[in-house]
Amino acid sequence: MVTGKSSKVGNSIAISILFVFSLVWMFPIFWTLLQSLRPYGDVLKYGSVSWPHTLNLHNYWTALVQSQMWKYFINSFEVAVPAVLITLFLASMVAFVVSRYSFKFNVGLLMLFTAGNLLPPQLVFIPIFRLYIHTWVPNFINSDGVLYNTQLGLILIHVALQMGFATFVLSNYLKTIPKEISESALVDGASVWKHYYVVILPLLRPALASLGVLMTTWIYNDFFWSVALLSSGDKRPITAALSNLQGEFFTDYNLLAAGATLAFIPTLIVFFTLRKQFVSGLTLGSTKG
Amino acid sequence: MTSSTSTKTAAAEATPRRRRRGHNFTTTDRAVLSGLVGGPTILHILLVWIPALCTVALSFTYWDGIGGLNEIHWVGLKNYQQIFTIYQDFKPAVRNNVLWLGFFAIIATPLGVILAYYIDKELKGTKFFQTAFYLPMVLSLAVTGIVWDYIFRTNGFVNSVMGNTDAQTAVSWFGDPHKNIWIVLIIASWRHIGYVMLLYLAGMKSVDPSLHEAAAIDGATSWYTFRKVIFPSLRPVNVIIIVITVIDSLRAFDLVYIINRGRNGLQLLGVLVYDNIFGEATRIGWGSALATILFALSIIPIMLYLYQTFKKDK
Repeated sequence: MVTGKSSKVGNSIAISILFVFSLVWMFPIFWTLLQSLRPYGDVLKYGSVSWPHTLNLHNYWTALVQSQMWKYFINSFEVAVPAVLITLFLASMVAFVVSRYSFKFNVGLLMLFTAGNLLPPQLVFIPIFRLYIHTWVPNFINSDGVLYNTQLGLILIHVALQMGFATFVLSNYLKTIPKEISESALVDGASVWKHYYVVILPLLRPALASLGVLMTTWIYNDFFWSVALLSSGDKRPITAALSNLQGEFFTDYNLLAAGATLAFIPTLIVFFTLRKQFVSGLTLGSTKG
Repeated sequence: MTSSTSTKTAAAEATPRRRRRGHNFTTTDRAVLSGLVGGPTILHILLVWIPALCTVALSFTYWDGIGGLNEIHWVGLKNYQQIFTIYQDFKPAVRNNVLWLGFFAIIATPLGVILAYYIDKELKGTKFFQTAFYLPMVLSLAVTGIVWDYIFRTNGFVNSVMGNTDAQTAVSWFGDPHKNIWIVLIIASWRHIGYVMLLYLAGMKSVDPSLHEAAAIDGATSWYTFRKVIFPSLRPVNVIIIVITVIDSLRAFDLVYIINRGRNGLQLLGVLVYDNIFGEATRIGWGSALATILFALSIIPIMLYLYQTFKKDK
């Protein structure tokens, strides 16, 4: 933009400040990583800010195998994968109708979905909790015979809430795609279902990918609903199960650091490999001017 | 799909009319359409809006949550009256929520915008900076709480660097009810700033480059251009960031819950709702009234958001 000597000096100052900021930003994560590699005894002996005398992966071994954290990873995937797939499927259907047909209820419906997504979860969860306690499910889903304390219940609430955001994003995305594509399908006499499944769904692929990445991270990171709707610790996804590593009287903080690191490593991998999708998912929903 | 051939012929017959008079659907199409919209909508209303309305209704009742639905007594505004007068945790919670909003609005959000301004200049190392600022967003709030605990715990990084190595002199950053909320706000901002920056960057990318050029030809400095040209043209993004700032401040829960269950200086409205449902005493009425207060406070930002995003559709 503006290039001159004064702005060059300004730029290098800006770069230095940004550099210091980024280091400060990343420090807590690095610090946790470092703690996770140190045995508890080492820290006890020399203090947490000291030259590490021993660095090993023992805490990770303990967290994964002895504390059985691998089980919670499975729980996380059992919740996140179906929840995201169902959400995307349902949201794409509504987005398709709302953006391809001009019904009177279109805008109202989109507003309902969007507003629903913005509601404080605390407003929703009291009746949900009561509802789940009294909803019968077959024994193979839950031996207590109710929806409360099941992963199915958790999946359902995630779908219902995330659907608002996903529908909003997908219908915005579809509005940017020329309607002519649909019209040629209509001339060919395709049914509504074919129009959706054969014409629209493939067009939505990039937006579905972005949303999928973003929502998987969100659901994986969820804490509120997992704690509220799953009473048994062993059913909880990893983010909520971290508190299992916090003992009531004694906590091995280096073990907890390893647990926390294990919990965020998948999201970091997703972020670094699918960063473009992650970022575009976040911005798709917000920058429609 | 099984009746695709019959649908095809029917649709083919209907096509000329449809082209002229808008929609004229076959029975199958009608059924499919209702399914496509109806199914998801019913699920959403059933699990989001009906519970939300039930909470509002329950806020005017007394219910210990143990007995059946016939145990619910109508008490009018009594829950609200009690919350405002005798509930000791209410005032600190409101104060903390307000503080949260103020801190985000005055410090975190503007900082995110300023960072976006510098990142947008695409200086050397901009990719690295972006990654650093985005990282906290990828972490869950629960993990965030644990990660920062290593920095601020009594034998954590800050105390060690300050030389407070023994338990007597160490500052209890999370335990001191006058300090802990500020620490939590720093932690929450760590995450919020990156989010604001991301949204703003995307907005700035969408600004017509000719605006920049025109301003540069006029000899405006880039900061002046940003303030007078770019910032006003980003009104939609500005509104959305305001809304997100307000709503996130109201919804705050995870971070304080993982730190100390939201007690002793870290009370928040969102936590009080939870406490009244799962705490030692189940007071559905109080919990619902608190949730309804949260809802009432969220209505304005939600409406603002809806207005901003849907005004063109009307």
